[in-house]
Amino acid sequence: MFSGFDLDVIQRSLPYLFREGMIFTLTLTAIAMSGGIVFGTLLALLRLSSRAWLSSIAGGYVNLMRSLPLVLVIFWFYFLMPYVGAWILQQDQPVRIGAFLSAAITFTLFETAYYCEIMRAGIQSIPHGQVAAGQALGLGYLRTMGYIVLPQAFRNMVPVLLTQTVILFQDTSLVYVISSTDFLGAAAKVANRDGRLVEMYLFAAAVYFVVSFAASFYVRRLQTRIAVIR
Amino acid sequence: MNYNWNWKIFFDPEPGGSGTYIQYLFVGLAWTLAVALCAWVIALAVGATVGTLRTGPSRWVERACAAYVELFRNVPLLVQMFLWYFVLPELLPTAIGDWIKQMPPPWGSYVPAVLCLGIYMSVRIAEQVRAGIQSLPRGQGMAGTALGLTLPQTYRYVILPMTFRIILPPLTSEFMNTMKNSAVALTIGLLELTGRAKAMQEFSFHVFEAFLAATVIYLLVNLAVVLAMRALERQVRVPGFIGVSTGVQAGH
Repeated sequence: MFSGFDLDVIQRSLPYLFREGMIFTLTLTAIAMSGGIVFGTLLALLRLSSRAWLSSIAGGYVNLMRSLPLVLVIFWFYFLMPYVGAWILQQDQPVRIGAFLSAAITFTLFETAYYCEIMRAGIQSIPHGQVAAGQALGLGYLRTMGYIVLPQAFRNMVPVLLTQTVILFQDTSLVYVISSTDFLGAAAKVANRDGRLVEMYLFAAAVYFVVSFAASFYVRRLQTRIAVIR
Repeated sequence: MNYNWNWKIFFDPEPGGSGTYIQYLFVGLAWTLAVALCAWVIALAVGATVGTLRTGPSRWVERACAAYVELFRNVPLLVQMFLWYFVLPELLPTAIGDWIKQMPPPWGSYVPAVLCLGIYMSVRIAEQVRAGIQSLPRGQGMAGTALGLTLPQTYRYVILPMTFRIILPPLTSEFMNTMKNSAVALTIGLLELTGRAKAMQEFSFHVFEAFLAATVIYLLVNLAVVLAMRALERQVRVPGFIGVSTGVQAGH
C-alpha cells in the first residue's frame, strides 16, 4: 500500500513549502483576521443601529456574503478588483492586481460578515443595564461602546473569534482556485511537478491537522480559563 | 471602466453544444443540488450516529467518535477533496483503485465529491446533535429509565425526537453550508454551478454576467430553503423548547 512512498520529496521541498507557502497562508490569515475583526465590529455596530437604513444595509451585506460559496466570492473579487482599481485610479484599462492583494481583500471582506455576526451576538449578550449605567454616568454613545460594552463583548467572544480564525486558516487553502502559492498551492505545485500526489497531499493534510488541532485545543483551554462566573 | 455588458449572452449557445448558457448554468445548479442532497444524506446518517454515540455510556466509543470528529474537522475541505480524489485510489488495492480511476467523467468526480462533503459535514452535524442532546434536561433520560425503557429505546423515543426539533435551525444552516461547500468540488473537475459560471466566463469573456447569474441562483435557492425550513419548524415545534438559542457559532 505504501510501497514506493517517497519521503525524500517532502524533505526536499520543505523550505519551499514553509518559507513560501506557509508564510503566505499565515500572513493572509493574520490580515483577514485583524481586518475582519475591526470591520466586523464596526459592521455589528451598524447592524445594531437604531436607524433602519443603516442596519438593513449592514444586514444585507452580511446575509449576501453568508449565502454565497467562498469559491464564488474569491472569483468575484479576483475579476472585479481590476475594474474597481481602474475606477478608483481613474484609468481606462483595468488595473493589474496581484493574487496576494486580491486574496487579502477578498478574505477580509468575506470574513467581516462572519466576525460581524459573532460580535453582534457578543454585544447583544451584554445586559442592557450596562448601557444604561454608561448613560447615567454621562458617557456618549462612542464612550459607552468603547469603554463599557465592547471590552466585555470581546472578552465573552474571544473563544468564538479564535475558532472562526482556525476556520479562516483552513479556508485560505481555497486561494488554490486563483493559483496562489499558499501552503496547499505550494504542495500541489511540487506534487504535480514530481508526480508525488500521495505524499504531498498527505503531508499537507497532516500539517493542517497539527496546526488546527493545536489551535483549537488552545482555544478550548482558554475558554475554561477566561470564563466569567456569573 | 469599459466593460461591455451583454445580457443576451445567456441565450447564446455554449461551446459544448448542450444548449444555451442559461441552460448550461441550470444544469450546474442541478449538479450542485445533487451533490448537496446526497452528501446531506450521508452527513445526517453518520453525524447523527456519531453525535449520539458521543453521549453514550461507553468511554471508548466516546473517544473513538471524538477522534473521528477532530480528524475531519481540522483538515481543510479542499485538502480532503484532494485526498478522496487523488490519494485514495492510489492507496487502495490496484484493482479497486483502477476501477475508481476509470469511472466515466462526471461520476469520477461526483462520487468522491459526495463522499468527501458527506463525511466533512457529518462532523459538524455530530457536534450539533451532541450539543442538542446535552442541552436537554437530564430528567428526560431519567424519565425514560423510570418508564422501563432500555437505553436504545430512551434515545429512540424520548431523547432524539426532542433533540432533532431543538437543532432544526442550526441544521438548516448546516444544509446551506453543505450546498455552499459543494462549490469546492470544482477543484476536482465537477462542473457544478460555480464551476460552470467560471467556465462560462472563460468561454464568453462575460465575467460579471456569469457570476451575477450564479449569485442570483444561489440567493434564490437559499431563500427557498429558508422558507421551507421555517414552515417545517412551525410544523414540528414543541412549545417551550424550540427557539432555545444554541448560541453563536463560528462557521463558513
